[in-house]
Amino acid sequence: MAVLVDSDTRLCVSGITGREGTFHSLNNRSYGTQVVAGVTPGKGGQDVEGIPVFNTFHEAVAETGANTAMVFVPPRFAADSVLEAADAGVDLIVAITEGIPAHDELRVFNHLERGPSRLVGPNCPGVLSPGKANVGIIPASFFREGNVGVVSRSGTLTYQIGNELAQRGFGNSSIVGIGGDPVPGSSFIDIIALFEADPETELIVLSGEIGGDSEEQAAEYIGRHVSKPVVAYIAGFTAPPGRTMGHAGAIVSGSKGTAQAKADALEAEGVRVGRTPTAVADIAVEVLGG
Amino acid sequence: MDLLEYQGKQLFAKHGVPVSPGRPVTTVQEAVSAADELGYPVVVKAQVLIGGRGKAGGIKLAGDREAVEQHAGAILGMEIRGLRVRELWIEEASDIEDEYYAAFVFDRSAKKPMAMFSRMGGMDVEAITAEDPEAMRMLHVDPLLGFQDFHGRRLAFEAGIPEDVIRPVGEMLGKLYEVFVSEDATLVEVNPVVVKTDRSVNALDAKVTIDGNALYRHPQTAEMRNISDESPQERLAKERGLTYVPLDGNIGILGNGAGLVMSTLDVVAQAGGKPANFLDAAGGSKAEAITSAVEVILSNERVSALLLNIFGGITRCDEVAQGLIAAFRQVEPTVPFVVRLDGTNGPEGRALLAEAELPNLHIEETMLGAAEKVVELAG
Repeated sequence: MAVLVDSDTRLCVSGITGREGTFHSLNNRSYGTQVVAGVTPGKGGQDVEGIPVFNTFHEAVAETGANTAMVFVPPRFAADSVLEAADAGVDLIVAITEGIPAHDELRVFNHLERGPSRLVGPNCPGVLSPGKANVGIIPASFFREGNVGVVSRSGTLTYQIGNELAQRGFGNSSIVGIGGDPVPGSSFIDIIALFEADPETELIVLSGEIGGDSEEQAAEYIGRHVSKPVVAYIAGFTAPPGRTMGHAGAIVSGSKGTAQAKADALEAEGVRVGRTPTAVADIAVEVLGG
Repeated sequence: MDLLEYQGKQLFAKHGVPVSPGRPVTTVQEAVSAADELGYPVVVKAQVLIGGRGKAGGIKLAGDREAVEQHAGAILGMEIRGLRVRELWIEEASDIEDEYYAAFVFDRSAKKPMAMFSRMGGMDVEAITAEDPEAMRMLHVDPLLGFQDFHGRRLAFEAGIPEDVIRPVGEMLGKLYEVFVSEDATLVEVNPVVVKTDRSVNALDAKVTIDGNALYRHPQTAEMRNISDESPQERLAKERGLTYVPLDGNIGILGNGAGLVMSTLDVVAQAGGKPANFLDAAGGSKAEAITSAVEVILSNERVSALLLNIFGGITRCDEVAQGLIAAFRQVEPTVPFVVRLDGTNGPEGRALLAEAELPNLHIEETMLGAAEKVVELAG
């Protein structure tokens, strides 16, 4: 078992004919992911190293049975591409694109929330289920199969923590990058719920950072609904406070959003918080045994 | 991207939000001719991206030409909470009866826009709201439906403002939401919204933040430049497309990916050091990005040691090593460097650095070890 992506994943890549899109699609395929289609409007009928390209998601889904989409198109086209994939009935959409306008993300989130499709990202490294499937840009060679589920807002920090775990002999059920944007399609809570239900996952590692209150929300959820051990890391204890414009932000968020507030909220619900990536791996050893 | 008051008001005017006429100026002479055109009295307002301008003496009423000369002269060049005033907004004065507060903001928690309105606007709105939370009326707007008339009525009635201004305040809120959405703002705040003696309603201030990711849709806004107090490092970093935040320590920090760089700052602080900056050379850091980043960091004279912490995913450590070698040739640094290279092509990268025999460069295996080493070397 794993979460979100596995050997049943049938991937369709939006932007497959772009330089990055081609590179990572082929990379995902050579890892073993079934990359069944690509979408680039106007390039239907072509192929990328044997992967058929379609003009629309609807056509790609009808022809290939794609159930997962990866979005690699530039920011100004990305929201449209996510909405198209959802409209074509794709179950899971992983948006790698960085720099999508916030109002676009807001509309996409509020639309998708009313339908069956799930979005991971944008501005994320994707999802890796070691030994099964890689959808995105996570360097898979550092990770192997195992029982630790990782969910993170940051890409490189995910690799750092995953690597520290690997050095102590731990593998991963899945690694999910939810992305660092203000309006992520999936929250910590969404992914933690999946790990809680996944029989292979025995420990959940949450890697958060300053800003927003998704870690605080996750803490409350963990306290109520999660039976598996959770270890957390929060980046940004020494980050400078952002220069805030106006009062609205302070009135709305109060003291939420600082690294300390997040760590306190998590610890109050019994989540152990490692102060360095190394400490997170040390705690994992204590919890699961070395 | 934060806009100055007058730039925000230009966007307000475009969408029919009532604002007072005014002129942006940068000299006392311009201030006087602007005031002559507008007619006296006028208000002389410092244009800086920070609150508390009034309390700091950056906003003054001027009844005649001498007063404009005096106030403009005093405010231009004044420092308000660390920001030097280089621009003024000369605005027609208003006879004010009441001051309200209005804002639209991204509520990241609910993932919806939030509308805020209070009848207790003006100075100290945060303190008043802390004391009397009921005074601030807030509601979420469905971004797929937009701001409806009833939203405006509800906020206005619940805030308890006089009946004759319910309709104009509701209308203004609707127009401010239009600014929020169609200008791709992440914050639109008006403090105060004023009711004048003739009972008309006017946005007397404007705090607007535009989403940098959406500037391609707003070429005119993108050109609104602020004569601001960026440090030379910040300017250079921006030119090179790097994310740089100055801090007040002496250890230069360079990494890839915001999360890892933040984590590096934390680990250095735990080892007893003081970071001089945050610099994210971004995922996929190429050799040139590393060279530029080193130049930016070392242009800060306080830096007495530099830590390069890279975990390669898309980024290849051999490319980072090449960038670093090129940087040493160009910059010829005099401070020690501590380097930790891990991830994609890590062994190749470390081998390149070892071969290059760069002076005063220390290679560390782990992030913690690298942090401890750089703290020791920085002194």
